Amino acid sequence: MSRLIRMDGSGHTTLAEWTTDDPASVEVAVAAFRAELDQGSIAMVTRGPGHAEHVRELPLDEQLVIMRRPIAGG
Amino acid sequence: MATDASAGLLPELANVYWRPRMTRDRLRRRERLWTLTTLAHVVPFVAVAIGMLLLSPLAAPVSLAALAHAWLIPALYARRGATVTRSLQPGADGAERVSLGLLGDLVDHDARELHARTGLVPEPGTLGTWLVGEVGALLVSGRRVSCWCVRATDPEGARLPSGDRVAHLLLALRCDEEGFATVANLAFSGARWRVRRRLPKHQRAALDAVA
Repeated sequence: MSRLIRMDGSGHTTLAEWTTDDPASVEVAVAAFRAELDQGSIAMVTRGPGHAEHVRELPLDEQLVIMRRPIAGG
Repeated sequence: MATDASAGLLPELANVYWRPRMTRDRLRRRERLWTLTTLAHVVPFVAVAIGMLLLSPLAAPVSLAALAHAWLIPALYARRGATVTRSLQPGADGAERVSLGLLGDLVDHDARELHARTGLVPEPGTLGTWLVGEVGALLVSGRRVSCWCVRATDPEGARLPSGDRVAHLLLALRCDEEGFATVANLAFSGARWRVRRRLPKHQRAALDAVA
């Protein structure tokens, strides 16, 4: 089961869960993913120790996709 | 899967398009500039202190005041730099626990343990070793520390718990280290001992651990 989560005021919120053999759950996850992007979030997946990658489409084969807010110099 | 077409660049770079990318060479130049700035503050005051004393021993109080300025001005810069490791008001207990759980999944045991003691997460990089906090990061390279001010934006005003604030910066850093240093503001760069003195005591262990 893959998960799409958003880091927010609650710690994190699970926006969607899907499996590739369940098209309905994929559709819901893709919609949630796009809605987050529309709100300015950035999607990240981890790539082993010390590495992360920015993704612009929901990677269906990833176990965990994390939505974060943009960063800026303080 | 479709990944970022711009080959792993940090998306936030678009918001600071006028800044040149912070490469290792550019960072070294910025570090040297900070050293020159420090010297420019210290040398004149020390010269005044010595000169006054040579002119008249009665001018010793003026010499002492000049030496105090030579000490204080770099110290104030270092203090400003050290504030990038400060912690913000924690969120609700439940949110803090959840956020720390996610952060714990992103790092190894040693980093988790150091974060629990100091609030800073160590992250090796190509520019040096980073210590990532809630509203900034320290970059340790040899005997020098550069202090970067950077944070997750939160336009809706919802307060992020501390673990999430660190995780935001950690993920961005892991995505594009030079891009991270480009987006962040360099608050101070100087000798490690200068920054260490201005850190809260419980955070000095983090600097010692990666030095």
